Amino acid sequence: MTDIVCNVPVMLALTLGAYLLGVWVKKKSGLSLLHPFLICIPVIAATLKFTGVPVSFYMESNRMIDFMLGPSVVSLGLLMYDHLETIKKHLVSILVSVFTGSVTGVGSVYALCRFFRLDGIFVKSMEAKSVTTPIAMDITASLGGNVSLAAVTVILCGFIGTVAGPMMIRMFHINTSVAKGLALGCCSHGLGTSKAIEMGAVEGAVSGLAIALMGVMTALVVPLFNMIFPINQ
Amino acid sequence: MVISGVFIIVLFLVLGNAVSSLTGHFIPGSVIGMLLLFFSLAFKLVRPAWIRPVAEFLTGNMTVFFIPASLGIMEQWGLIRSGFIGWVGVTFISTLLVLVSTGLMQDFLIKTGNRLSKRRNGND
Repeated sequence: MTDIVCNVPVMLALTLGAYLLGVWVKKKSGLSLLHPFLICIPVIAATLKFTGVPVSFYMESNRMIDFMLGPSVVSLGLLMYDHLETIKKHLVSILVSVFTGSVTGVGSVYALCRFFRLDGIFVKSMEAKSVTTPIAMDITASLGGNVSLAAVTVILCGFIGTVAGPMMIRMFHINTSVAKGLALGCCSHGLGTSKAIEMGAVEGAVSGLAIALMGVMTALVVPLFNMIFPINQ
Repeated sequence: MVISGVFIIVLFLVLGNAVSSLTGHFIPGSVIGMLLLFFSLAFKLVRPAWIRPVAEFLTGNMTVFFIPASLGIMEQWGLIRSGFIGWVGVTFISTLLVLVSTGLMQDFLIKTGNRLSKRRNGND
């Protein structure tokens, strides 16, 4: 029995099948907030628990899929290039705003983790939280944080920004399309971008650009910030 | 030519990793690779058409790629539970701070820029 279940193709099929199930449920339910991730992670976790397959074996078997993260981050370079005109037009203001957002994100995680008395491992795993998942995982890994915790935190950020974002944008009178898109992309990466696309074409494009820029900026800000404010365990 | 697209993207990852390791892993190699690819496209060293099908496949399916690593959360459930309220609290407050600070700054800079260019045009 274990021979049939406990092998690499089965584990790969489990990942892809659970993802497709997530996409299908989202489509059928018509709930735009029901991210496929929310369905597929519990489904895989339950399947592993039920069959008794160790999580480490599952992760080892899925290395092929895991490897794709690096190339997918590199590919974001094309996404940035597609917005070259917007970048040229608003270069300085966008860079300043993304820098502001990045420092706010990293600094607030550092300060708030102290306030909530969370361990250093939480700080290390959450500092990159506003960045798209693969980049956040890479930044977290180089910090020595917990990569899985980082991935789940990033998804949580995505939901918070998508749900509360439009309301906050109205409350704080953020008026220009560029600012709206940039704000959503910087705090909630891909999920925020899907909301920004609903708001308008400019919002969507700028938001997509913000994902890439926020990734680069945060990759720079996190190590610099930690040099000034070291994380104690 | 899918394979040449894959080759170019992997090549930029290799370059990014090399630069990253030469600079003491200060920035992840994938992020450096992304920047190198962006500049190569902007300076027309690489044509968008060479990589578009592969790049769009990769960026369009990112969710799938981070599923395996996320399952590690099963082994870390104790860690999350130990600080659950703090974890949610920090993420919630910090996310909204990022949203508002980025948006207000961008709005302010655009409006200031517009006002300045209007004044300049008025003086001409």
